[in-house]
Amino acid sequence: MNRMEMIKPENLVYTKPRLMNDNPMHYCPGCSHGVIHKLVAEVIDEMGLEEQTIGIAPVGCAVFAYNYIDIDWQEAAHGRAPALATAVKRLNPDKMVFTYQGDGDLAAIGTAETIHACNRGENIVIIFVNNAIYGMTGGQMAPTTLLNMKTATCPFGRNEQLNGYPLKIADLLAQLDGTCLVTRQTVHSAPAIKKAKRMLRRAFENSMAKKGTSVVEFVSTCVSGWKMTPEQANEWMMENMCEKYPLGELKDI
Amino acid sequence: MVEEVKLMKGNEAIAHAAIRYGADGYFGYPITPQSEIMETLMEEAPWETTGMVVLQAESEVAAINMVYGGAACGKRVMTSSSSPGISLKQEGISYMAGAELPALIVNVMRGGPGLGTIQPSQADYFQTVKGGGHGDYRLITLAPASVQEMADHVALGFDLAFKYNNPAMILADGVIGQMMEKVILPDFRPRKTEAEIRAEQPWATLGKPKGRKPNIITSLELDSHIMERNNLRFQEKYRKIEANEVLYEELLCADADYLIVAFGSAARICQKTVELARAEGIKVGLFRPITLWPFPSVALKKYAEKIKGILTVELNAGQMVEDIKLSVECKVPVHFFGRLGGIVPTPDEALKALKAML
Repeated sequence: MNRMEMIKPENLVYTKPRLMNDNPMHYCPGCSHGVIHKLVAEVIDEMGLEEQTIGIAPVGCAVFAYNYIDIDWQEAAHGRAPALATAVKRLNPDKMVFTYQGDGDLAAIGTAETIHACNRGENIVIIFVNNAIYGMTGGQMAPTTLLNMKTATCPFGRNEQLNGYPLKIADLLAQLDGTCLVTRQTVHSAPAIKKAKRMLRRAFENSMAKKGTSVVEFVSTCVSGWKMTPEQANEWMMENMCEKYPLGELKDI
Repeated sequence: MVEEVKLMKGNEAIAHAAIRYGADGYFGYPITPQSEIMETLMEEAPWETTGMVVLQAESEVAAINMVYGGAACGKRVMTSSSSPGISLKQEGISYMAGAELPALIVNVMRGGPGLGTIQPSQADYFQTVKGGGHGDYRLITLAPASVQEMADHVALGFDLAFKYNNPAMILADGVIGQMMEKVILPDFRPRKTEAEIRAEQPWATLGKPKGRKPNIITSLELDSHIMERNNLRFQEKYRKIEANEVLYEELLCADADYLIVAFGSAARICQKTVELARAEGIKVGLFRPITLWPFPSVALKKYAEKIKGILTVELNAGQMVEDIKLSVECKVPVHFFGRLGGIVPTPDEALKALKAML
């Protein structure tokens, strides 16, 4: 059998999610965003929520998330996505509403919006991509940047005296009565992706069941900001990021 | 049917009028002197009757972004605040102007700058009609001068916002918000159904039916050529608003030798000044802009050749006076009288200023 003979529907083992379009992605090769986008598109499609989902895009690398997944989107001001999502869900209680935010957006400029949306128990999903750096603006320090980690605005490494400590915001959100699920995942390997997708789907189910706010943190890589190859970045992430930000469920009720 | 006359504060009238208009949502944060708006809404609990959502946000910044989210769904949503809080909302207002979203914002002005005072002021005129937030945009601005207009401008503001897909502001002040007058509230209108919104606001993000392209609400465009075209489209819209939506009121202007130009509470005070001046034989009229943007420049310019002078009366250091001078192209002397920092002038003080320019 030659290669062309193998290409037929019954042999298909993997395909691009139906809701992902063909727009070329602006993400760097090796970036976690592409895989996370794919999971979001798959979960929406598999749950049959395409026609009732509204996504809220952040400011940061995922600012153009709306270019890749074919659903209705709103692009928020920096950090304000949970405020938008609050109104969208309250005004349309039967819709599926999620935000997609990076660490600067969610844990620095948008800390108040994040905490209060979670504390009100808004029936939304917050997807939190934590790569410990501001990717879009060129690799500056994020609230989640690890101690001693070098960035454009802490070129000698994050120093607690000068820059304070890395913010474990998901741990904080897990303390709030309004959250029903707070989980930390990665997408660095096939088993991790499978597990992450399961938790993402649970978050979406919680939202539709009006159980409160679900937060899915993805501990992620930034190959450009970290100045590493994708493989090095994954290894560095598992060794360093996951030590500070341990994987698993911080809350699941 | 006999009209039902009620006695209430301007702030309360806003709340009642919003419910009756069929507003879908209000998102606010307490600040004096406008807190009665959210208090009245919470008391009325419209979520049990019309289905209107009322939510106390964690900040003015969150509240205006909730309005952005709701407006992006094609819903009739609003917020209210007072000067320091309105400063915080400028980011959201600019984003809504950039994303061409309709919404109603109420500013019950107090004295500034900074935390300033809780007493009435009109010192946010520049902020409101000249920009406020970043970028080339305009905010439809209505200046009520009575409790009745507080109620009426809710519908007017929403209608204009939805006609042009642009935020609109009711620019009141502590006097209009806090004073009690009789008011006839508008009739109840049903809220728009989702099907109606999908038909009337085809851009609304309410979920993408199969076969339709995704709706994306954003003010972002990195291609400067496209961004310039977007800006030109906004400007074209603003010119259309300037041509079609100007509102003003004239009191005894026809035979006047002099005009007082004032808006909002200052105009109410100057009604009495006109009465006092006329009793002394001074032929003065009151010209009251109701829309501050678009400004009634054309109407005002017509008086430039006919009158001897204009007195502008404002509760600020002289802001609208610049637009008046531009309107009359300096063909007639324009004088200014104002009190600052929350002081409300008396009709006699304005009369004295008028006499000084005769």
